[in-house]
Amino acid sequence: MSNKIIHWFKYGSPQSFYPLAGKMIPWFWALAAIFCVAGLWIGFFVAPTDATQGEAYRIIFIHVPASWMSMFLYIVMACWAGIGLSLNTRLSSMMASAIAPTGAMFAFLSLWTGALWGKPMWGTWWVWDARLTSELILLFLYLGFMALQAAIDEPRRADKAGAILALVGVVNVPIIYFSVKWWNTLHQGASISMSKAPTMAITMLWGMLVMALAFWMYSIAVALQRARAIMLERERHTDWVKYAVE
Amino acid sequence: MQWNSIGEFFAMGGYGFYVWGSFGVTALALLIEPLLLRKRQNDVVTSLRRERSADERQK
Amino acid sequence: MKQADALNQAGTLAELGTLGVLLAVARRDLLLALRRKSEVMTVLFFFVIVVSLFPLGIGPEMALLRIIAPGVLWVAALLAAMLSLNRLFAADYADGTLEQMVLSPAPLGLLVIGKILAHWLVTGLPLVLIAPLLGLQYDLDGRALGVLMLSLLIGTPLLSLIGAIGAALTLGVRGGGVLLSLLTLPLYIPALIFGAGAVEADISGLGATGHLSLLAALLALACFFAPWATTAGLRIALE
Repeated sequence: MSNKIIHWFKYGSPQSFYPLAGKMIPWFWALAAIFCVAGLWIGFFVAPTDATQGEAYRIIFIHVPASWMSMFLYIVMACWAGIGLSLNTRLSSMMASAIAPTGAMFAFLSLWTGALWGKPMWGTWWVWDARLTSELILLFLYLGFMALQAAIDEPRRADKAGAILALVGVVNVPIIYFSVKWWNTLHQGASISMSKAPTMAITMLWGMLVMALAFWMYSIAVALQRARAIMLERERHTDWVKYAVE
Repeated sequence: MQWNSIGEFFAMGGYGFYVWGSFGVTALALLIEPLLLRKRQNDVVTSLRRERSADERQK
Repeated sequence: MKQADALNQAGTLAELGTLGVLLAVARRDLLLALRRKSEVMTVLFFFVIVVSLFPLGIGPEMALLRIIAPGVLWVAALLAAMLSLNRLFAADYADGTLEQMVLSPAPLGLLVIGKILAHWLVTGLPLVLIAPLLGLQYDLDGRALGVLMLSLLIGTPLLSLIGAIGAALTLGVRGGGVLLSLLTLPLYIPALIFGAGAVEADISGLGATGHLSLLAALLALACFFAPWATTAGLRIALE
């Protein structure tokens, strides 16, 4: 069955993508490690102590990149899912399912580090700040996507249903963000604004960017790895899988 | 460099728990995820290999 | 018997106009709902009971109740609307009517809009009508009750529209009910914020126009996108 699919481009089919991904993964791991070491070096040894927040602000070097990645990965996931839905390509849908758990993990890390940052700075583990709240909702959206795909046994139906949910989610994310922001400004008295980030020294910005790059490379490596496993699991009865695991 | 000793580095100006709590959990998550994936991949590959050798024996 | 209804419908659908098709489907669903009144009543009672439970959990202090009233009423409406969602397509899916609808010459999107309209009339509208009564329990004044009704009037169709997407996606999926709530509740958040916010803004004297018009804008957006996504979801479920 799998051999009769029209190839949109050379690596659009699992059997040619599987070995290619296998070759690419170590490179992305290496890049992730390099950027991670560089980012941590900047974060801990180059960036100066913040005048108002002391050393606690160093959480920013993982908190902000993790938040960026969680949002970015949702968009990438929705793009793959949308391509999978409209062009009916198996590989794109597999990529979407491969990205979701990593995105959810970054959303969780963003919340976790946000809580650990909030406690010493504002005295509470959780503030109903617009950004933290949106991040929480983003985590719910990821969990919904994963739960829906897990509940449907037939892979192609799971792909398509997940794709529609991801697309609906991507339309909703900006609406949710602005509504939460609006809600937050109306209740300003009750909450603490988190937008007063420490005045950004240029080294801090660099540290964050390099860490974001590290997370990005990590995400690619992990998503490819997961996509490879999904390919084998789903297409276990096809010929190419039998040769791939030689 | 603003750290005079290792102890000072780990104390993080009194915020050690929060800073290392964040970095530690992040590091843990980023280590566990690839390990779980490697296990998943190995499980699929071994089960596929078993299937294949069973097929060959049948022939 | 219902299947015969549907087959009957497929033949006559082509002769009805666009609006006719929509109304025919809505009428059929309304008739079915009237035959099983208990479902409508369950949703309504759920709404009433949840709202009445909050003072028991929080305490009878009127000043506090007045503050939480918009949020409580809206969250209860959200949950009540969700309770009825998995029945939106389930019965038609089970007896094959839905398949007939997909095959019928009338555009599926239109039929979906008809079903959503019926769902709102059966589950959303009663909530709107009973809300002022519950608002009295929370000592809301006449103006706030009016705004509450208005916000629910704009908001509950929005809930039905968004919920229909989730209902279509979880059709025939195991653990569908719980999954449905996991999928739709995050998407309900903007409706909750602007709906409850409208009442709150009115109580605090800020004026509810801004919230209500944003809610109406969301409704317009959902009217456009939700039937499309629901149709796609149904087609996938029936593949």
